[in-house]
This record gives sequence, C-alpha cells and structure tokens, in this order.
Amino acid sequence: MTILVIAEHSNAAIAAATLNTVAAAQAIGGDIHVLVAGSACGAAAEAAAKIAGVAKVLVADNAAYAHQLPENVAPLVAELGKGYSHILACATANGKNILPRVAAQLDVDQISEIIAVVSADTFMRPIYAGNAIATVQSTASVKVITVRSTGFDPVAAEGGSAAVEAVSGSADAGKSAFVAEELAKSDRPELTAAKIVISGGRGMQNGDNFQLLYKVADKLGAAVGASRAAVDAGFVPNDMQVGQTGKIVAPQLYIAVGISGAIQHLAGMKDSKVIVAINKDADAPIFQVADYGLVADLFEAVPELEKLV
Amino acid sequence: MKVLVAVKRVVDFNVKVRVKADNSGVDLANVKMSMNPFCEIAVEEAVRLKEKGVASEIVVVSIGPTTAQEQLRTALALGADRAILVDCADELNSLAVAKLLKAVVDKEQPQLVILGKQSIDSDNNQTGQMLAALSGYAQGTFASKVEVAGDKVNVTREVDGGLQTVALSLPAIVTTDLRLNEPRYASLPNIMKAKKKPLEVITPDALGVSTASTVKTLKVEAPATRSAGVMVKSVAELVEKLKNEAKVI
Repeated sequence: MTILVIAEHSNAAIAAATLNTVAAAQAIGGDIHVLVAGSACGAAAEAAAKIAGVAKVLVADNAAYAHQLPENVAPLVAELGKGYSHILACATANGKNILPRVAAQLDVDQISEIIAVVSADTFMRPIYAGNAIATVQSTASVKVITVRSTGFDPVAAEGGSAAVEAVSGSADAGKSAFVAEELAKSDRPELTAAKIVISGGRGMQNGDNFQLLYKVADKLGAAVGASRAAVDAGFVPNDMQVGQTGKIVAPQLYIAVGISGAIQHLAGMKDSKVIVAINKDADAPIFQVADYGLVADLFEAVPELEKLV
Repeated sequence: MKVLVAVKRVVDFNVKVRVKADNSGVDLANVKMSMNPFCEIAVEEAVRLKEKGVASEIVVVSIGPTTAQEQLRTALALGADRAILVDCADELNSLAVAKLLKAVVDKEQPQLVILGKQSIDSDNNQTGQMLAALSGYAQGTFASKVEVAGDKVNVTREVDGGLQTVALSLPAIVTTDLRLNEPRYASLPNIMKAKKKPLEVITPDALGVSTASTVKTLKVEAPATRSAGVMVKSVAELVEKLKNEAKVI
C-alpha cells in the first residue's frame, strides 16, 4: 500500500497543513510519497523531503502549476495517482478545489474532510455542520480523501531524508488563467496555525470594533477570527470566518467574544483545548462549550483583558 | 447566453438535526426542508446575470426526490425560466450527482453552470469540481465575484488568506461562496407565476447514467460533547485562571 500526499505549499515553503495530512497517511499505514506540484518549487520539495515519515518526494516543476489551477494540476495528480492506494490532500481551499476534480477523473467517489482513520478503507467525517459524525467505508480502487488538519497531530517537519524525484505531467490545459491575487498582509499568525485565536461575533457591532480584538491578539501573539454572523454583517472579510463553512481551528486557547455559539460556529472551533466565552447574554449557547465563561459587556471586558494579559 | 443552476433540497439551516437512535443516519421525519443556502446564492447570481442582460435563459435543475419540485418552484419564483427534476429517491454521492448533471449539461449546452460550493447536509464540497472534470470545463470555485466578459468569465475566489481572481474560458463551472450576493425573497405575484412555468421530470435511467457508489455509510453518531466549564466573575479572575489553571497564556 502506497499513499500519495498532495503537498500544500507556496513554492518556497511547505504549509503546516501538509504535516497533518502526512499524519493521516501514517494512520492509514504504508509508504508515503509526497507530490510537490508547482513552479520553481525546489525549496518546497527540499522541505518536503525532510518531513518525518516520507519515503519519496515527487516534484512536478512547471509554469502551468504556478498558481495551482485545477485544470492543470488535477490531470497530473490523476495520472500519477492511478498507481496508489490512497490520494490525500489537505482540506484547505486549494485541496478542496483540486481533489474532487482528480476523483472524477479517476471515476471514484471522494471522501471529504476526514477527522479520524478507522482502518485503511474506513474513515470518520463530520456532516450536518458537525451535528453528526459519519463513519464511511470505501471500496474504490484508489481512495481519494481530503484531511481536516485539526483531526490529526502534525508529524515533525524535520528528521526525514526522502529521495526527491522529478516527474513530468500535462502542460497548460489552456482553459483557465491566473489574473490576480489579493492576500491579506498580516504580522499575526495564520488562523489555522495559531496557538491562540480570538474571534468576534455579531456582538462586535461593526468592523471598527474589531480593533479591540487586534490589540489583545497582538499582546498574546494570537490570530483573529470571526463568526459567520460577523462576516455576513460585513464587519470583516470571509477569510476570517471560523466555522463549518469557513476555517476549522483547534488552538490551545480560543477566545469567543460577542459570539452566541451557533452550531455552525461551534463546528469550527470545538476541538480547541481551552475555550473562553465573553458574552453579555448569560443564556448564549457558547457558554455550554466554554471552559471559562464570563458574562460581561465586551466593550468593557476586552479592553480590561488587553491591560491584564 | 444560457445559464444552468443546480439546486439541492436539504434540511433547513435553522433546524437542529438529531442522530437516529439506531445510528443509521439523521432523523429527517417532519423537519422543515429548504433550498440549500449556497444554492440560493447560485440562483440569485443567475438572476442578476439575466437582469444585466448577460444571461438570456436560466434553467434550474435538481437531482433529488419528487418533493424537490418545491425547491425548483422556489427557484422559478426567484427568476429562473424553466426547471428540470432528475427524480431519484435515493441519496446519491457527489460523483453520481455530477454524472447526472453532466448528462443535463450535454443536453442543455449552457455556457455557464452555477452551483453552491457545498450542501449543508453532506458537507462534501465536491459536485461542482467533479462536474467540471467530467465536462472538461474550467472551474471557478468559492466565488465572491463573477464577471462575464466576451468568451471568458472572471471569477474572484475566496482562498485561504485572501482572494484569487482567475479568467476561465466559457463554458465554465462556478461554485458560490457566502459573500457573492445576498439572495432576494420571492414576491407573491412571482410565486403565482412560477406555478405556470415549465417543470420537466426525468429519471436517471433516461439520462443513461449509473448512480452506483464506492462509498457507503456504516453509521452516523452524535458528536462528542464538551463538558460544561466554569463561570468566572471578572476579567481578572479569567486571566488568573488562564495563567495558573489552564496554563495557556
């Protein structure tokens, strides 16, 4: 049994979620190969070769793969993946974009966002916004799976010494082109990788008030998130959304401020080690999952929190 | 330009679902069913394209039980011109749905297909991408902006850490994210008018598609619950506990 893991990377470096996906591959068992498809991605390939537990790194270096366009990358993965027992990708925006296209090309079903491996063909995944956990079994010749990173502790980024092998694949399919990218520039840690996350909800009242959270975040070295209600209300951009339809996080400490605790939101953060809720409504459902709850006006409590940490 | 929109009948997003006692699935008896929220956004986007004069006809399709005609009528009331129901009582996996949609695409030859990025029941986030692969079309997933320009469509996508814009050759597949638009409500006169719009019912067999699956659900369980914590009286007490008890700051 040999498993192909599709690396999430920036051409220059490997994204942390790849380490969780390799961990899922280890839980399945068998040899692990990692594919780095990109453009001028030698540095990312070298980093992939150092990941603990990886037997071989395949590098597909082609200008057509520079921006991970699925029309170009999926045929490569489908062609390479044919000989593997499993193809795993991170359940990131990129993994979710590419992998179903691979599965359809291979004419197999995909299993999305697994959180646990039961056996080599049986997996657990949340459905209904995390209100239920399904155990599913696959009889597909190649099992195509995306991995929710919070379900698996990452393997070590160092310690491995895998062989690196260049592979060639399909060129530009000519159906799509990259136009522009607008990535938020922030000195704060990335949401899914942060050890501390502080999130605001509808109770923040407007986008400007998120400054209160940024100040606390900067003192704690935390990332800032938001509930879907805050995103829907236009307070903050969607890439800050924590929840079933946004980012799934599991930090050491999660501070929910002015968030009522809709199941949609809980699905995205309930695996956090310690959860703190600050809300003026004592009946808010968020208190049912919080380790520490504080019934208070956030506009008084958050500035005080900033002073005390 | 013809636009095809796919919609799914799902449990209403306000319903708190419960797992059946025998762990065979989720109890859907007597719960409110609605159009999947991301599919509503897809219908709205198509209607806006028609209002702008970009789309000439909107065909809405659903793969689902006979009762999914309700959601198709809703889409017709929102501005779709005609509807197709591929009637199948069984719950299908995304690949089977994508194959059925591919057969509809072959028949209808739309220039643009708009789908929701995921349904709020199975949470798969697969169908649009699979349909794109099967049709050989380009895909713009998790769209927050869609602009048709000549024989191309520019799609701005919600990606981790920001936005990415891609130019896709038509025909193309677009899947919607939350911020693409805010769906309208159907007016009463439009709901009445929708009853007279054409709604065709076909079967998977008639489309010549096999809906066999390689994945089966063994059991469905309720998620582990967190035990309730403690209430603190002040910010000072909270910080003290985080530092000394939980040791996380």
